[in-house]
Amino acid sequence: MTTTTTDRLVPFDEAVQRYDPVIGLETHVELGTRTKMFCGCPTTFGAEPNSQVCPVCLGLPGSLPVVNRKAIEYTIRIGLALNCSIATWCRFARKNYFYPDMPKNFQISQYDEPLCTDGWLDVTVNDKTIRVGIERVHLEEDTGKSMHVGGATGRIHGAEYSLVDYNRAGIPLVEIVTKPIEGTGADAPVAARLYVTELRDLLRSLGVSDVRMEEGSLRCDVNTSLAPRGSGRLGTRTETKNVNSLRSVERAVRFEIERQAAVLDSGARVILQTRHFHEDTGTTTPGRSKEEAQDYRYFPEPDLVPVAPPKEWVEQIRAALPEAPSARRARLQAEWDLSEADMTALANAGALDLVAETVAAGASPADARKWWLGELARRANDAATELADLAITPADVARVAELVATGALNDRLARVVIDAVLAGEGTPDEVVAARGLAVVSDEGALTTAIDEAIAANPDVVAKIRDGKVAAAGVLVGAVMKTTRGKADAPRVHELILKRLS
Amino acid sequence: MTAAELSAALAKSEVSATEVTQAHLDRIAAVDDRVHAFLHIAADSALAQAAEVDKRRKTGEQLAPLAGVPVAVKDVFTTKNMPTTCGSHILDGWHPPYDATITQRLKQAGAIILGKTNMDEFAMGSSTENSAFGPSRNPWDLDKVPGGSSGGSAAAVAAYEAPLAIGTDTGGSIRQPAAVCGIVGTKPTYGGSSRYGVVAFASSLDTPGPFGRTVLDAALLHEAISGHDPMDSTSIDAPVPPVVAAAREADVSGMRIGVVTDLSGDGYQPGVLSRFAEAVEVLESLGAKVTEVSCPHFRYALPAYYLIAPSEASSNLARFDAMRYGLRVGDDGSRDAEEVMALTREVGFGAEVKRRIILGTHALSSGYYDAYYGKAQKVRTLIIRDFDAAFGQVDVLVSPATPTTAFRLGERADDPMAMYLADLCTIPSDLAGNAAISVPCGLAAEDGLPVGLQVMAPALADDRLYRVAAAAEAAFTHRWGQPLLTSAKGLAS
Repeated sequence: MTTTTTDRLVPFDEAVQRYDPVIGLETHVELGTRTKMFCGCPTTFGAEPNSQVCPVCLGLPGSLPVVNRKAIEYTIRIGLALNCSIATWCRFARKNYFYPDMPKNFQISQYDEPLCTDGWLDVTVNDKTIRVGIERVHLEEDTGKSMHVGGATGRIHGAEYSLVDYNRAGIPLVEIVTKPIEGTGADAPVAARLYVTELRDLLRSLGVSDVRMEEGSLRCDVNTSLAPRGSGRLGTRTETKNVNSLRSVERAVRFEIERQAAVLDSGARVILQTRHFHEDTGTTTPGRSKEEAQDYRYFPEPDLVPVAPPKEWVEQIRAALPEAPSARRARLQAEWDLSEADMTALANAGALDLVAETVAAGASPADARKWWLGELARRANDAATELADLAITPADVARVAELVATGALNDRLARVVIDAVLAGEGTPDEVVAARGLAVVSDEGALTTAIDEAIAANPDVVAKIRDGKVAAAGVLVGAVMKTTRGKADAPRVHELILKRLS
Repeated sequence: MTAAELSAALAKSEVSATEVTQAHLDRIAAVDDRVHAFLHIAADSALAQAAEVDKRRKTGEQLAPLAGVPVAVKDVFTTKNMPTTCGSHILDGWHPPYDATITQRLKQAGAIILGKTNMDEFAMGSSTENSAFGPSRNPWDLDKVPGGSSGGSAAAVAAYEAPLAIGTDTGGSIRQPAAVCGIVGTKPTYGGSSRYGVVAFASSLDTPGPFGRTVLDAALLHEAISGHDPMDSTSIDAPVPPVVAAAREADVSGMRIGVVTDLSGDGYQPGVLSRFAEAVEVLESLGAKVTEVSCPHFRYALPAYYLIAPSEASSNLARFDAMRYGLRVGDDGSRDAEEVMALTREVGFGAEVKRRIILGTHALSSGYYDAYYGKAQKVRTLIIRDFDAAFGQVDVLVSPATPTTAFRLGERADDPMAMYLADLCTIPSDLAGNAAISVPCGLAAEDGLPVGLQVMAPALADDRLYRVAAAAEAAFTHRWGQPLLTSAKGLAS
């Protein structure tokens, strides 16, 4: 599917010279509760369509919702981690609109009484910390999933027929809405991406969701508006939907800035509307106009009693919050004595947790970093996989580092061990034992090998004795060859020089 | 025989559940073409259930009081292996895959489900004339309505087609038909009986409750269906009030009874008011202390109700869209889903349902919400305060159950306002969520039709209803020399 667009664009650098972008993000997160929001159906992703349904999540006549306490707990956990106030009393509301993937033709959501309000999340953009205000965090139920078959666009218009899978209907969904993010200028697209990244990491650390954008458990709507540079005004915004990867978040903001700048340059007004993002072209196209937006006729959900989380419960949840990813990063950076750039490299490689676990298993930070960003990053790259998905544990890596540090393995042997572990031959110790890979540290055997090498290379010996110490490398190579690489090269070097002195 | 008498005879094996069930099926076969109380008669499953009860009793198993006693169920409760229509064509062909909690409890108690009874479409109405399947008739006079919306359940009990029936009360849908059919009907405390599997009309008001020919019968059924249900968040987790014991004690001496002065006067049939006044005297003669109580906001109850109930209904009824179950109209390949939805709803819903959906949609819409739905909720709060103040002075409140006796079929069918007034006395208790009962208190002089005495009690004090109603019933029956219902002549010919 390709999308054509006739929008005129202003080059990004020009656009941000003349206009101040303001962005806002609405993020939907499917909670990782075992069961759905209002019934006992399982929430497993990828099950046979319509196999995880019951009268409640199908909205059958007579069925009633019952709130999943775990979902409330998770939402409070998110709210607390985002520094929000937690409501002492709030209600669910019905959001009424007709759509075939909505079993009841209303969605149980929250309206003017969200569970969590008024928080913030710090995001570091180009070494600068931006405090993103959080407007609200509320809880609702997900809809079913429509698949439109036939037609060119995969959308409902033009489709021959549509199928609906209600497995997703009723999965708890948390919506996190930022306040307008102002003053980021040319960094706006990056800031949007980094906010979502930081939020994703936070949610993952809280254990409330698997936050997989590609599976739709984290979904983003991006609001963008422009105002003339320095005017301090707020422009008319557009809301871009269907932004399903971190990269897309950045691209969507960037495109909207370029597009809206062209609209404003031409003297026209930006239309308040929903737009769809297209991965293939990196562009957005208009959806429905917000000016003709539906009236959702919100009213308090009469089938549910109000939610009033006891203060003690909220405090219990607060006390059990894990360290925030940003605080943890700062702590680890200090502990490991790394630069900001080193830390960013670790994070970008997805190696932060792996290194931390490797250090926890006994390796030095430097060794852990060296192995994960070096040898293992190459292996992951060759296999086109993520570091975390390699078949080697941080404990294995720590053990290899330890064997090297004690001299039991040299670097070459260590690589062999790692390959063997990755190939499923067992733990490093098992591989070393099975393959007899330990470094030859028996002085007797080494001495014999060195004597042989000296005897076989009289010319080299002469050079060394003349002071050309570098020539010792040839003898080391010979010894390594005799020992089939199992000798510790620096030690051999040392022994040779001692022998010839 | 009353349900209590049947229960005793069954327990002593003087009669079998199969015989009792067959006798009621025979009665249905004999009279229901005239009464039209039933939309679905479940003869086979009823007899199978009866045989099962008889088998269990033979093994000496201790059974629940209602084991083997037949019950008619309003067609708003979901029932496995039976249709559930809510009196609407929009549910044509739907067989629910699950039982309502109350259906389940009846089955577990061994009660025999005779079938599903007629009702105003989605419980919207006071006469059953809004049923898509034609009206039920009043056993006192077949030209008169049996009340509604649970008119089929009331008519079935009054016509001896069933000793007991289940209904739902949203604005009076149990008490009003009970009153005009000369039987007993109770709206329990909201949350006292589970709504799970009750197809919703107005979620914050809908309350399932019992019908019986006697106060004790109603109490037996009330007790059997009540109690906390984890499937209904609004269900109250508290012990069931001792309604059966209260019905047996039937003692009002020393009780403080308040007559609601705001539920009388203009618009009330004189014969209704005089029977009500008599009933109050009877209660006083039985040792109750009677005072007058004013509830000034009750006059706003009807308009508040007609904003809140339609608002909730407009949302509750949105799910009937032809996509997953029930009727589907116009799906011939030429229309898209939205058009099929619209056409199905156009064809599938009756006029009163559409009227209330439009009313409720308007009341909730942006710009009108505060003036309509919001204001109605404030009135609701004021009515609750009126009740709170009244129950600070008295133990129960009494009023006529309806302003008039049963009206003629067709008389109010084209006048929604006149129809809505039938629920004038019953709506306040629905808005407040407390408990209320209607018990027969005689026949109106001008038309010889039954009049109901309404007793209202605070939430979770349902037992007081039965104490008062049973005392009045005993005194009246003594005065009349026979139960009121024996005077019903509609089926005499």
